Amino acid sequence: MIQDWLTQLSQVALVLGLAPLLSGVTRKIRARLLRRRGPSVVQPYRDLLKLIHKEAVVAENASWLFRSAPYAIFATTWVAATLVPTFATGLTLSGAADLIVIVALLGTARFLLALAALDVGTSFGGIGSSREMMFASLAEPAMLMAVFTLSLFAGSTQLSSISTFMLGPNAGLSISIALALIALIIVTIGENARIPVDNPATHLELTMVHEAMILEYSGRHLAVIEAAASMKLLLYLSLIACVFVPWGTAAAGAGVLAYAVGLGAYAAKLAAFAFLLVLFETAVAKMRVFRVPEFLGVALMLGLLGTILLFVSRVPR
Amino acid sequence: MSPLDSDIAHLLAGSMVLVSFLLLYQDRMFALLNFFAIHACVLACSVGWQAYMQRAPHLFITALIALLFKGVIIPVALHRIVVRLGIHRTIENVVSIGPTMLFGIALVGLSIVVMLPVTQSAGAFVREDLAFALSVVLLGFLMMVTRRNAVSQVIGFMSLENGLVLAATGARGMPLVVEISVGFSVLIAFFVVGIFLFRIRERFDTVDLQALDMSRGE
Repeated sequence: MIQDWLTQLSQVALVLGLAPLLSGVTRKIRARLLRRRGPSVVQPYRDLLKLIHKEAVVAENASWLFRSAPYAIFATTWVAATLVPTFATGLTLSGAADLIVIVALLGTARFLLALAALDVGTSFGGIGSSREMMFASLAEPAMLMAVFTLSLFAGSTQLSSISTFMLGPNAGLSISIALALIALIIVTIGENARIPVDNPATHLELTMVHEAMILEYSGRHLAVIEAAASMKLLLYLSLIACVFVPWGTAAAGAGVLAYAVGLGAYAAKLAAFAFLLVLFETAVAKMRVFRVPEFLGVALMLGLLGTILLFVSRVPR
Repeated sequence: MSPLDSDIAHLLAGSMVLVSFLLLYQDRMFALLNFFAIHACVLACSVGWQAYMQRAPHLFITALIALLFKGVIIPVALHRIVVRLGIHRTIENVVSIGPTMLFGIALVGLSIVVMLPVTQSAGAFVREDLAFALSVVLLGFLMMVTRRNAVSQVIGFMSLENGLVLAATGARGMPLVVEISVGFSVLIAFFVVGIFLFRIRERFDTVDLQALDMSRGE
């Protein structure tokens, strides 16, 4: 019991501390792949520190919603990120919240961000939130279909149980799980404003989505939103690691050595995923905005197909 | 047959369905040809795995035919034809991609609903393999229906034939002679189609089959 609490609390700190490092590492790898030297991997921490010390400039007609939304977005994303098992599965809160709660928390954060972007009434904020909602109307069902496939396969919606099931002898190979993996990867790329959908390195471009919504933010508000965005990327990568490559994760009630192995394995998985993500990003060109619904529609279709095929390929054991 | 063996067979057969969907999604000529080559390679893997699982050496020959003819020769030849016809541009779809995909999923659902009750007496494994194969065949038909371009219709036809081979390997007992003759007839059909492509282009200045409608004499 105490061990579960300790794991949970250390994970709360871990996701907060590790998220900027993850975006720093992805930027570094990307720069190296483009044969640039790139900023140091701790640059995101410095950026956050700088933003916190700066004055927050708020538009004249901004309401209380504009000022409070960043903290709410940060809080919901943080809670969602702590619910995904990272290095150990025995978490106190995993009994209270399952995958569907995580999707709902992320949806809440998205809703608040779109609302805050509309609040000031600039054209960029409006265009950003309308596009975000257009993409979300496909990305969220796609995520839910992938979640349903996983849950039907593992017989539970709780991430700890799914992770344990995947490690067990009953998992085997299944085409549905492969389809759910591809759907989740597409959703990850779409939701985190990565390259074929949105360019994370741009600030003034007509096709931007995420940056358009946070254009009016500055100072500590911007710092909090940036931290939430990097935590969201960490969440998605941890989710894929926890469900599809659960090897090395410490089981509930394991010894200290198992936890150390779990931490090492988690770091290795994150580094590998960051490298693959960036490799994909450098290999493809950015899409036109009106092609993005097709891209995300593929994720939705794969999720649906995975659920249908689950009823065919159920091999009696 | 161990669970892992049949899992791998399922994975490969399911990948065929997945690649069929990817074929439907492609709207550029070269990407379409590359995915068709992948389709044939997955078919070869699937047939090869079945050969290993069923201890049926003649299926290895089928796999080799699939890999050689449909994985290498036909895509390379089509690639050359596309270059010579000068159609590296976007394909026009009759229906846009979204509805086509949804229709494709409906077809997969249909093939599952049709296949599972009909083949009650067969083993569980064969039934599921047949359901996958029927989906691949129906998706090939869908591709032929939704595309206007003659080259992509040829691809649809070939992917349909891949589905037939998948069904034949799962069902156990299709003689090798039949498979080889089917393989060769596809190759000959491909030559005929290749010649026709140039004839159509000569006559109508396009390979868009919409142009042929006015020559039907209605």
